[in-house]
Amino acid sequence: MSVSQNFADLRSAAIEKLEAIKEKPLILVGTATCGRAAGALEVLNVFREEVSKHQLDVQVEEVGCMGHCYAEPLVVISNPGFPTLAYGPVDEGTAQRLVSDYLVNGDPCYEFAMAALEPNDEFPTFEDFPRGVIEKKIILRDCGLIDPDDIDHYLAKDGYAALAKVLEMEPTAVIDEIKDAKLRGRGGAGFPTGVKWEFCYKAKGSPKYVICNADEGDPGAFMDRAILESNPHQLIEGLIIAAYAVQAATGYIYVRAEYPLAIERLQNALDQAREKGLLGDKMLGSDFSFDIKIFPGSGAFVCGEETALITSIEGSTGLPSHRPPYPTTAGLFGKPTVINNVKTLSYIPHIMRQGAEWFKSIGTENSPGTAVFALAGKVVSTGLAEVPMGTTIRELVYDVGNGIKDEKEFKAVQIGGPSGGCLPESSLELPIDFDSLQQGGAMMGSGGIVVLNEDDCMVEIARFFLDFTQKESCGKCTFCRLGTKQMLEILTDITQGKGKPEDIDLLQELAEDIKLGSLCSLGKTAPNPVLTTIRYFRDEYEAHINEGRCPGLMCKELISYMIVPEKCSKLCDVCIGSCPTEAIYTRPDMLKAIHQDKCFKCNSCLVACPPQYKAVIRVSPPLEEQTEAEEGGNADEQ
Amino acid sequence: MSSKVNITIDGEQYQVPAGENLLWAALDCGVYIPHLCSIREKERSDASCRLCFVEIEGIPNPVTSCTQEVREGMVVKTRTPLVDRLVKTGFELLLSDHKLRCGKCPKNRQCELQKIAKERKLKLKLTRLRPLLTEEEPVDDSAKTFIYDPNRCILCGQCIWVDHHKVEAGAIGFINRGFDRKMGTFGDVSLAESICTQCGECVKVCPVGALTFKVEEVEKG
Ligand SMILES: Cc1cc2nc3c(=O)[nH]c(=O)nc-3n(C[C@H](O)[C@H](O)[C@H](O)COP(=O)(O)O)c2cc1C
Repeated sequence: MSVSQNFADLRSAAIEKLEAIKEKPLILVGTATCGRAAGALEVLNVFREEVSKHQLDVQVEEVGCMGHCYAEPLVVISNPGFPTLAYGPVDEGTAQRLVSDYLVNGDPCYEFAMAALEPNDEFPTFEDFPRGVIEKKIILRDCGLIDPDDIDHYLAKDGYAALAKVLEMEPTAVIDEIKDAKLRGRGGAGFPTGVKWEFCYKAKGSPKYVICNADEGDPGAFMDRAILESNPHQLIEGLIIAAYAVQAATGYIYVRAEYPLAIERLQNALDQAREKGLLGDKMLGSDFSFDIKIFPGSGAFVCGEETALITSIEGSTGLPSHRPPYPTTAGLFGKPTVINNVKTLSYIPHIMRQGAEWFKSIGTENSPGTAVFALAGKVVSTGLAEVPMGTTIRELVYDVGNGIKDEKEFKAVQIGGPSGGCLPESSLELPIDFDSLQQGGAMMGSGGIVVLNEDDCMVEIARFFLDFTQKESCGKCTFCRLGTKQMLEILTDITQGKGKPEDIDLLQELAEDIKLGSLCSLGKTAPNPVLTTIRYFRDEYEAHINEGRCPGLMCKELISYMIVPEKCSKLCDVCIGSCPTEAIYTRPDMLKAIHQDKCFKCNSCLVACPPQYKAVIRVSPPLEEQTEAEEGGNADEQ
Repeated sequence: MSSKVNITIDGEQYQVPAGENLLWAALDCGVYIPHLCSIREKERSDASCRLCFVEIEGIPNPVTSCTQEVREGMVVKTRTPLVDRLVKTGFELLLSDHKLRCGKCPKNRQCELQKIAKERKLKLKLTRLRPLLTEEEPVDDSAKTFIYDPNRCILCGQCIWVDHHKVEAGAIGFINRGFDRKMGTFGDVSLAESICTQCGECVKVCPVGALTFKVEEVEKG
């Protein structure tokens, strides 16, 4: 039988199975890591128990993550005759009611619903919200809606159709299509994927290898994990197509060992693909044979760097080495190797199915397609978002993320992971694409975006990220090992009020030299948070150094806590009980005050002071010891 | 006879063996480029000391010469403002984590760091940067004939290379990560307790005062 016939059989069987499932009510519970952290497994159990208690013919399935992490545990219920609705956050009580009120008694409980999945007359869809207008889902489209543990769900949604098509094409034609689509690597650097494949295809040496980089070591980044847990087949199909294009016989998926659920779901997906003849010897009856191994990574951030990742698979310590030679010439075991990120590979099936022109119609000219972001920090709706390249930072923060939490002022976004940069309010109109971000001093990186508000100290933020990269430096090269340490010492001094006026220039000099002088991109990008915060928030550095003042009221050594007598109540002494060091006393007039020399700056009193008073404030520069609290003066306060 | 290529270094023409690495080709022509970690026999340089920077026409930024193969017509500059700046910072960074006190060091006057300082007119003391060697590590004098002072080590890896590839003892390697990376034995035990054969080959290649023969041994020759 031909490849296309073999595939058509698999596909129609899958569609038939899925149609049958849809005829009955179906409950989908998001049990990716984000859902589990919010209690999804307990909710799942309640659904199972309630369904059997009421003896309902309802299927309960585990799915992945839809990206609305702020609303986890998230549940989708489809029920013939009703719009398919997403509910969240769903706790155990809500789960009970959804079964008894909705599935037993036919009331869809709109009060718990977030949005409908398809247009209908009853309830708004995700597309009706500003977020839905901006979002454009390609690789997240099916995440959270298909069962990652059942290959038929993927097959029924055009899964592996691209592979069936590719197996009847010339490898070079596949490469040309990806080149034409101008797909750029989503692992950070944005290198054109088709060009990378072509280098590998043309390189001498065999066997060749393909590797999926699923190390995802950036703190706060979880988009690759969501894809691995929610739709593993999409990237497996992409990896097989990559292998076919460069004619590789073996592939690896390098997943960090801290992602046990991802590894489990991937393993299961690989087994099912092999069983269906979509992976392994002569797949789908073609002449092409290829198999994939999972390699659990060992947890170091630098192991995500491609040369370090390769040495790690080879069995040595994951240390980066000089490029060139690039992996496409001399990669795994010295052989030509393609290494691509999870997201990059996830686009491949879509591009091969719908064509380069379709892909280029989304996004910008030089960065076509979408960008997947993990939105975190002081923003209302945290989670995963997939938006077209060229979307502005403002749209991402205010329309997708629904703005700043607690009615605070926006200050900056830290974009691109620990080696990205901090962009200020004046950059809100900057379009998000590889080149614009680079020009702004940040980078696309892995797609982490942390929103910062008026309470964040930019010097402390720079110190925080540099502390991460400095600890994650492998120590091999001089500039990264010692240069980041030097910078960290200077930043620590500044946040402790021990900075010297010449420190800002020294930081800049060191940063420039570390960028130029380091061996790998960890060192070459580590100074970015420092350089961008100096570029956009130099006044904050100067306030710390010249005035001993922290404008964000964050650096402990530069602030004091005080109680504003005008706001304090004689009748309340909650703060006294909250203080672990007995620094708060009652004045003769019964108002409360703080002994500065005893205060540990633990923030407990500020949290404890009842909202109707809000009498505890922070001031900077710090008060002199034993000064009466009245003299807040014109210091920054909050 | 192997073939030759023509290259220009700092305005002078040289004929060098094709396929040669630029650092070693330049050194053979008598052009000095600072270097600590490069090993001639090694196929791919570690490129970890980051001192052998040069500028090459057609390449936008300085590159490490130990990772460049010579090409016909290559035009190289060993001294440009940017190269000098990188070498200075790299050198100062190494000093910031190095027990200086040269007068007390057995390698005084034969030390590669001193040579680099002399050639490039760099100071052997810290002015711009902060000292990072705040807690000194214990010196290992357990071996009969030599001493290992980790506080003087600059992590060039020369000793490890001879241990692995010449002597084939496998007694030492790089241990720990990041700022704590150092040369050490398996399990960080003393040299005497390790499988070290105390042949002394590693001491001969140490460019600084990290591995030095005990004085009696030097006198005996
Ligand atoms: C310190 C460091 C960490 C990295 N971590 C990752 C990672 O976790 N995942 C990833 O895909 N790429 C990571 N990269 C980028 C890879 O080196 C490589 O560029 C990427 O996997 C190529 O895939 P792409 O072309 O699909 O982007 C990292 C790079 C550096 C320098």
